[in-house]
Amino acid sequence: MYRYDSIDKAIVEDRAQEFRGQVSRRLTGEITEDQFKQMRLMNGLYLQLHAYMLRVAIPYGSLNSRQLRRLAHIARTFDKGYGHFTTRQNMQFHWIKLAQAPDILDSLAEVDLHAIQTSGNCIRNVTADPYAGATAEEVDDPRVWSEVLRQWSTLHPEFSFLPRKFKFAVTAAEHDRAAIRVHDIGLILHRNDEGELGFEVAVGGGQGRTPYLAPTIRQHLPAGSLLSYSQAILRVYNRHGRRDNKFKARIKILVAALGAEEFARQVEAEWARIVAEQPDADLPAIELARIRGAFTPMNFETLPPRSAAFDAAKAGDRAFARFVRNNVKVHKQAGYAVVEISLKAIGATPGDISAEQMDAVADLGERYSLDDIRVTHEQNVVLPHVKLDDVPALYAALEAAGLASANIGLISDIIACPGLDYCALANARAIPIAQSIAQHFADQDRAELIGELKIKISGCINACGHHHVGHIGILGVDKKGEEFYQLSLGGSGAEDASLASILGPALPANRVPEAVDQIVERYLALRQGEERFLDTFRRVGMAPFKEAVYAEAH
Amino acid sequence: MPKLIRLKDGEAFEAQDLFADVADEDAIPAGPVILSLTRFQAEGDALIGAGQAVGVRIEAGESVEDLAYDLPRLALVALVFPKNTDGRAFSSASLLRQRLHYAGEVRAVGDVLRERALFMMRCGFDSFVPTDGSTPAEWAATAERYRHVYQPAQDGRTPAFAERL
Ligand code: SF4
Repeated sequence: MYRYDSIDKAIVEDRAQEFRGQVSRRLTGEITEDQFKQMRLMNGLYLQLHAYMLRVAIPYGSLNSRQLRRLAHIARTFDKGYGHFTTRQNMQFHWIKLAQAPDILDSLAEVDLHAIQTSGNCIRNVTADPYAGATAEEVDDPRVWSEVLRQWSTLHPEFSFLPRKFKFAVTAAEHDRAAIRVHDIGLILHRNDEGELGFEVAVGGGQGRTPYLAPTIRQHLPAGSLLSYSQAILRVYNRHGRRDNKFKARIKILVAALGAEEFARQVEAEWARIVAEQPDADLPAIELARIRGAFTPMNFETLPPRSAAFDAAKAGDRAFARFVRNNVKVHKQAGYAVVEISLKAIGATPGDISAEQMDAVADLGERYSLDDIRVTHEQNVVLPHVKLDDVPALYAALEAAGLASANIGLISDIIACPGLDYCALANARAIPIAQSIAQHFADQDRAELIGELKIKISGCINACGHHHVGHIGILGVDKKGEEFYQLSLGGSGAEDASLASILGPALPANRVPEAVDQIVERYLALRQGEERFLDTFRRVGMAPFKEAVYAEAH
Repeated sequence: MPKLIRLKDGEAFEAQDLFADVADEDAIPAGPVILSLTRFQAEGDALIGAGQAVGVRIEAGESVEDLAYDLPRLALVALVFPKNTDGRAFSSASLLRQRLHYAGEVRAVGDVLRERALFMMRCGFDSFVPTDGSTPAEWAATAERYRHVYQPAQDGRTPAFAERL
């Protein structure tokens, strides 16, 4: 956890203060809703179908127990007792009263949280690998660099009114848990042959109506040059990105129009000039070291790699063993594990968490995970540093809180956007579709037999539910006022990123679980060895699945 | 006449606008004028030669680099915000100051809102024609709302990393 100093605190407080003034100008009628809209959108406050929605930034998905308790408090006091984790590692409250929004921001500021740049055409919350600092795969901690970006992008003088919103994602591991290739800038930390730390820089990925995977424009950027290089990319985009059509305004369109090579050339030319004329464009080494040092040190104990208590519980309790198989991952430190908490209980709303559950997770994170709690872009929660010895007790506590679903990465671990239940832009509902599919695959043995299968659902073409990168993607469409769903197969947001292709004509809601079932059955029939669904699909192609879903309709 | 707010030595005050903003189809009056880039490129030399004060209006899609060799002769550069959400002029202002070393007046015109004061001042704007009726006091209050800033920029404020040393 990065610990705020007095400067970081002051900036968040000043923002809350500024927003209070703006809201009061609106409430007294000094400014119109139209004028106010620009201001509230800079503060993550949206007007939705039924109420205001406030989006709180969770920088790179990292929270401590105090912060999570505060989110619980806000859910209880100002909302209907729950919050919603998004695919951007943020938390949304969907039932907010405008007059109370300033109090919420003040309350958040007390625990170093805010809603700065969670909306608007600016640099949004940076997302990162939720296993940062816990996985043996990484060459460095991506949170340090994410925090460098967070500070630099906060109220950036030049880049706060871009053609469109702009999202960074950072990872330092081979296994991509941050969907790097579908971000405006995806950064992959690595060491080059000389052992120097640097970033592979991918630019111009995105979802929405025209999905693109980000091409790499630079193989190795020295880590210390992150900000000057980002400045160059943003400047080229701010000046040349399209502003005439909001659907063509993301950087992916500029990169695709120019071609990755020409875009890279322009960035490199701009970068060379920035470096020459602006000696302070990058942070000095001492400030990089200060930021690194401001993260709470992780004092891991020296433990044996195996735990008798853990092994005994696994042998004696089938449910616990299942939880371990699916939700417990390898930690870099012997005797520790990464534990994922699924927010996808069968029948639940993906990403929703009640105030009581937030408090429970906060307590457990404090007790068992060095006060470190993470949110994933797959709308689950991670306790990154749990001693193997403690996993059985943690599991029991999760069970008591209704948070012990053992389905991470399985077919019922579905990503869904809020859809027509909340969102003014939606064509169709997403949540009930997720629920009906999860219910259909409630049999855990069968779910495990199917193995890794990522279903992602969006209520409209904006793709907040990441359907383009679902192994099975589901998109809500409107057919003459009725909700229909278009299925696509073969997408991935991980290190083997790919975009899904459309299966066939859209289906009515009640056909969706059955169609997913038909796809799954065909996969099980075709699977060779240990193949995941995605592997089988890539081997055999679309035809057998198309046939499975549409054949009998004729 | 629209209000002009000027910034000098950290103080914002109301100033008289001596410049006539000349549309391309209008005749050029006597006295200080602001011309479009095209018109300036066609007629600027003659006017300046005759001793007239000339400023240039740069639209959001135009490059300030096109003025590089003319800057020392200009009375001001006016950067247009066609909409308050169009942020291209922030890059233009930054480039004028940082890359082209322009030290004269950089004026914000078009859809200019108080809510943008901080960003504008940080990018090097030092005069403003607000469309929301802001007074200099309101303008300054908005611009000074943040006690700290993270980035080095054109206003010379000490960024957080330097404050922390
Ligand atoms: S994908 Fe569409 S429906 Fe879903 S949250 Fe985004 S905008 Fe709303």
